[in-house]
Amino acid sequence: MADKLRATQQLEQLQARYVGTGHADTTKYEWISNLHRDTLASYIGHPQMLEYMAVGTGEPMAKLRTKFVERMIQPVGKPPEKED
Amino acid sequence: MSGGSNMFLYSLSIQQPSSITQAILGAFSGKKQQEIVVAQGSRLSLLRPDATQGKVHEVLTHDVFGIIRTLAAFRLAGSSKDYIIVGSDSGRITILEYQPQANKFNRLHLETFGKSGVRRVIPGQYLACDPKGRACLIASVEKNKLVYVLNRNAQAELTISSALEAHKPHCLVFALTALDVGYENPVFAALEVDYNESDQDPTGQAYQEIEKMLVYYELDLGLNHVVRKWADPVDRSANMLFQVPGGADGPSGVLVCAEDCIYYRHVGRLASRVPIPRRRGPTEDPNRKRTIVSGVMHKMRGAFFFLLQSEDGDLFKVTLDYNDDVGVSRIRIKYFDTVPVASSLLILKSGFLFVASETGNHNFYQFEKLGDDDDETEFNSEDFSADPSDSYQPIYFQPRAPENLSLVESMPSMNPLIDCKVANLTDEDAPQIYTICGSGARSTFRILKHGLETTEIVSSELPGVPSAVWTTKLTNGDEYDAYIVLSFTNGTLVLSIGETVEEVTDTGFLSSATTLAVQQLGEDALLQVHPKGIRHIRSDRRVNEWPAPQHRSIVAATTNSRQVVVALSSGEIVYFEMDSDGQLAEYEEKKEMTGTVTCLSLGEVPEGRLRSSFLAVGCDDSTVRILSLDPDSTLESKSVQALTSAPSALCIMSMPDSASESSNSSTLYLHIGLYSGVYLRTVLDTVTGELTDTRTRFLGPKPVKISPVIVQGQPAVLALSSRPWLGYNDNRGQYMLTPLTYPALEWGWTFSSEQCPEGMVGIQGQNLRIFAVEKLTDNLQQETIPLSYTPRKMIKHPEQPLFYVIEGDCNTLSMATKEGLIEKDPANHRDLPAEDFGYSRADGHWASCISVIDPLGKEVLQKIELTENEAAFSIAIVSFSSQDDQLFLCVGTGKNVTIVPRSSTCGYIHIYRFLPNGTIEFVHKTKVDSPPMALLAFQGRLLAGTGTTLRIFDLGLRQLLRKSQAEVAANLIVGLQTQGSRIIISDIQESITYAVFKHADNKIIPFGDDMVPRWTTATTMLDYETTAGGDKFGNFWILRCPKKASEESDEDPAGGHLLHERSYLQGTPNRLELMAHFFTQDIPTSVQRAQLVAGGREAIVWSGFQGTIGLMVPFVSREDVDFFQTLEQQMRTEDAPLAGRDHLIYRGYYVPVKGVVDGDLCERFSLLPRDRKQMIAGELDRSVRDVERKIADMRSRVAY
Repeated sequence: MADKLRATQQLEQLQARYVGTGHADTTKYEWISNLHRDTLASYIGHPQMLEYMAVGTGEPMAKLRTKFVERMIQPVGKPPEKED
Repeated sequence: MSGGSNMFLYSLSIQQPSSITQAILGAFSGKKQQEIVVAQGSRLSLLRPDATQGKVHEVLTHDVFGIIRTLAAFRLAGSSKDYIIVGSDSGRITILEYQPQANKFNRLHLETFGKSGVRRVIPGQYLACDPKGRACLIASVEKNKLVYVLNRNAQAELTISSALEAHKPHCLVFALTALDVGYENPVFAALEVDYNESDQDPTGQAYQEIEKMLVYYELDLGLNHVVRKWADPVDRSANMLFQVPGGADGPSGVLVCAEDCIYYRHVGRLASRVPIPRRRGPTEDPNRKRTIVSGVMHKMRGAFFFLLQSEDGDLFKVTLDYNDDVGVSRIRIKYFDTVPVASSLLILKSGFLFVASETGNHNFYQFEKLGDDDDETEFNSEDFSADPSDSYQPIYFQPRAPENLSLVESMPSMNPLIDCKVANLTDEDAPQIYTICGSGARSTFRILKHGLETTEIVSSELPGVPSAVWTTKLTNGDEYDAYIVLSFTNGTLVLSIGETVEEVTDTGFLSSATTLAVQQLGEDALLQVHPKGIRHIRSDRRVNEWPAPQHRSIVAATTNSRQVVVALSSGEIVYFEMDSDGQLAEYEEKKEMTGTVTCLSLGEVPEGRLRSSFLAVGCDDSTVRILSLDPDSTLESKSVQALTSAPSALCIMSMPDSASESSNSSTLYLHIGLYSGVYLRTVLDTVTGELTDTRTRFLGPKPVKISPVIVQGQPAVLALSSRPWLGYNDNRGQYMLTPLTYPALEWGWTFSSEQCPEGMVGIQGQNLRIFAVEKLTDNLQQETIPLSYTPRKMIKHPEQPLFYVIEGDCNTLSMATKEGLIEKDPANHRDLPAEDFGYSRADGHWASCISVIDPLGKEVLQKIELTENEAAFSIAIVSFSSQDDQLFLCVGTGKNVTIVPRSSTCGYIHIYRFLPNGTIEFVHKTKVDSPPMALLAFQGRLLAGTGTTLRIFDLGLRQLLRKSQAEVAANLIVGLQTQGSRIIISDIQESITYAVFKHADNKIIPFGDDMVPRWTTATTMLDYETTAGGDKFGNFWILRCPKKASEESDEDPAGGHLLHERSYLQGTPNRLELMAHFFTQDIPTSVQRAQLVAGGREAIVWSGFQGTIGLMVPFVSREDVDFFQTLEQQMRTEDAPLAGRDHLIYRGYYVPVKGVVDGDLCERFSLLPRDRKQMIAGELDRSVRDVERKIADMRSRVAY
């Protein structure tokens, strides 16, 4: 029992520290939102990738960066209705 | 370690990335002068602007082997030196200082705060420093913020505290800046959005109601913790923050830039707002809102102003009216000038503006004025409500030619480099690199040539064809040369150097004979060697003549300030030395050589010595002998070196050597030029006279002539063959041999005058030419041809030296639409050059064209603008076998294309016929369902990748005729390669697929694919089985089809067996094997096999998006692989990356590095201190010189 408790505590700690760490009840929506947010953060963080997309779309990098952060707010649309 | 791979490559870069992620300004040397530090890909460079010359010099560049994301400069109170904080992908904060004496970056602190890599919640994206240098905040895009307190200890050393956390979950950061609060507690401002509620609300209402907050974080220095002090909603579209000076200098607070508006905000103060002026004109959409994309604040003499740049590149000058009671009462904004869209803007105290452009050249402007009293309309915030929800009248301005800024220097930048082709169109001995670069109206076609830039000073015609030229001083103490001595076949001409160059006759030189050597001897005498004797001209014009023995003449001579050696036609060598009263004394014995002497060299008298102790003698029996000149062993032979051909020139000189025993000392070298055009450099042992460590290089088919020169205060060697070459030590201390971009010379010598202290003089045919080499850092010279729009692809004509480039810009008005709009309202139109002002933009519009480039004539021969909102995406030249192998240009276009999400009305394939001069003529176009992103000539027909379908077309009279098709890709075909019947298809997302075309069945059958999703950007076939390519994430990889699968694919002419083979794991029956993998950071945009130097081996040349040009050199022997792998391993520990990234993990960023040794890391060996070098060399069981030689050989064998 103590082991199980410790495992839960450790998991909770991980979840608190690393955003996106999953748990048994992770929904598809949470998972996919998280995935998109990670991807967008990676686009923003790699200057070469951001520039690649900026040149492709003909937009300045600063504008594209803002756009990506903006998209991180709700990357895959509204959350689904909760089923009780 | 190698993972069983049997392919090993050595990665080298020949041009570093030229995009600037960020630039910061500071006094990094600790002197008054301001310097610029820029992040270029993985490199950190220090640039020193020269205000007097209006130039920017690169002082240092350091590869940190990590992704530099942000930089900040800070200065501790009372100090005069700025430190650099680097936010990278290492999960660590790095504080660097620049050490001007050693010219290197020194790491002061490295604090780990999280995992490595670019992650959502690991800080490193945003960085802000308190203006008083007391603290810094480093933040991630989401959640995490860490504050470090910076201070100094009793020894005045910089200290850094442990991190203070200011995390907030579900919180996204848009922008971050530090507030100027004087000496109160440091405050940082962030633009944040909390998405917690919107993530829980299925109705979407919470998402609609999300507010963007301006949040102040205060670091309480007394309590040592961070508090979220203030949060206030701002405009939802806010994207940028700028610090407003505080304390005694201003009202403090921040400027919040949002779409179309700029706000002033501060806690407890009234907000104000002013709109961003929009461009006026018939081609501008009056409803298009601008955003600020970069900006800079400048403080001067108690006043301050902002220069903010909109997405069009327009700079606006923003000033604030304020007083102590109400804070800011008014924001004023007016149009300033237009410069390229910048990633960073810097204003220097010396009155310059540095624009680190997002794309294209970085510009250095001088301020002519500050836009203070011009007639530009000024708008102010009094006319506008500060509430973001209130509506307002937009404001407009008319862009105009620059008035306030004048361009003084443009630093060439290849960023973004979109395609590249190595070809030799000029029939020189080495090929050139042809590239398309840039974006929008600033796009260029660039030609890169290996060579050093030369500045011509004089070029004048002479009465005859001289055979040689020398310059000489009059006395030992002279700073500059006084005479130019020209030797003709039957006489000698002496010119004096002064205000004008004119002939002098009373110099004592014998003018009736040809000259073999000229020397300023001893204190104030001159010496002339001619075939019949030696003339020693004393300062009082007395001449002592030493006649050559009867029936013999002098064939070669060498001199220095105290010694003279001549070789006679009989093969004897006569040695003279100057005695204490300035007389030349002949050594009583003559040395008899076995063959005819072709050349001699003495070398300079070393400082503090009486004589040079070695004489090098080159004989026509293909040997070089070293003779001793020491008094007790005069003219005794010390050593012999056998050569492959007779030597044509010799030169003993000492040069700096990074491998020498003690640091920064120099080593004596013997440079040898051969009649066969080969140049050798060997180390001459100062004690034994032994020749060791010979390095050879083929310079050209003509005999090599060598002369010592001085460049940038450093001894260098001018070696002349079919091209002039310069041998010098580059900034890493490595010896480089680089051709000069100058015509071939027959003879060269140093030249020094007041106007040109470090010049060279040479003879080219009947011309005397004086020139100088000013820059040793750039060994690739660029030539530029402007293009119209962002280039997409290019192709070389198979026979003629012409390139065909397709260009296109989205959301840009096409030429035709623009002209139509201007016609409607010509009165309000002003014609401004698009290179500086960009094109008018409009959503959904495309401007696209096909250009014919003549790289030799440096012009655009023809430009065909596409109409009806079509844009070109792919290009190929096909010789259709149905048309008697006639060549046609095929261009794939799309109509009404939107990029995100990808859609289009339809696609077309345009066919153009070639006219004899290389220009093109439209034949017809064929509609296809989606735009073809890849076209390729394939067995006399056209292969086109449209969407996921691969089609084969033949040319018909009215349109293309579809012959065969297959579904071969998962998402979108972006590239095609072929050899024989094999087709390599690259998918945008799913790596490459090998397919075979079965002629009998008329079927394309995929038979091999990859197991890793690679977002392929470029590929090339290395051989029939192997493909090298790059992907969007910055990886370079090599894949190979298993031998068996490859053979099976070609066995059956009908392909029945192949067609019915069972698919494996929902893919093709076979899988490709990974041979090599390497994270290059820069995105490969082209990969090709090419030979870059004459006589060099072939290597893989790849170009990177940010302007990198790199090489992958295959190793020849297993021994070399072991050597370089061990060296790389040692370098990883001994020269750990500066920003704290682990090198091995960095190079294996997405996929573990395989089969590639990082040459850029190995080349840092020469920069290590002596003891570390020795340690590494010891581990490798070699001498330091051996290791350096191997590293240098690896580069010089294939590249520059």
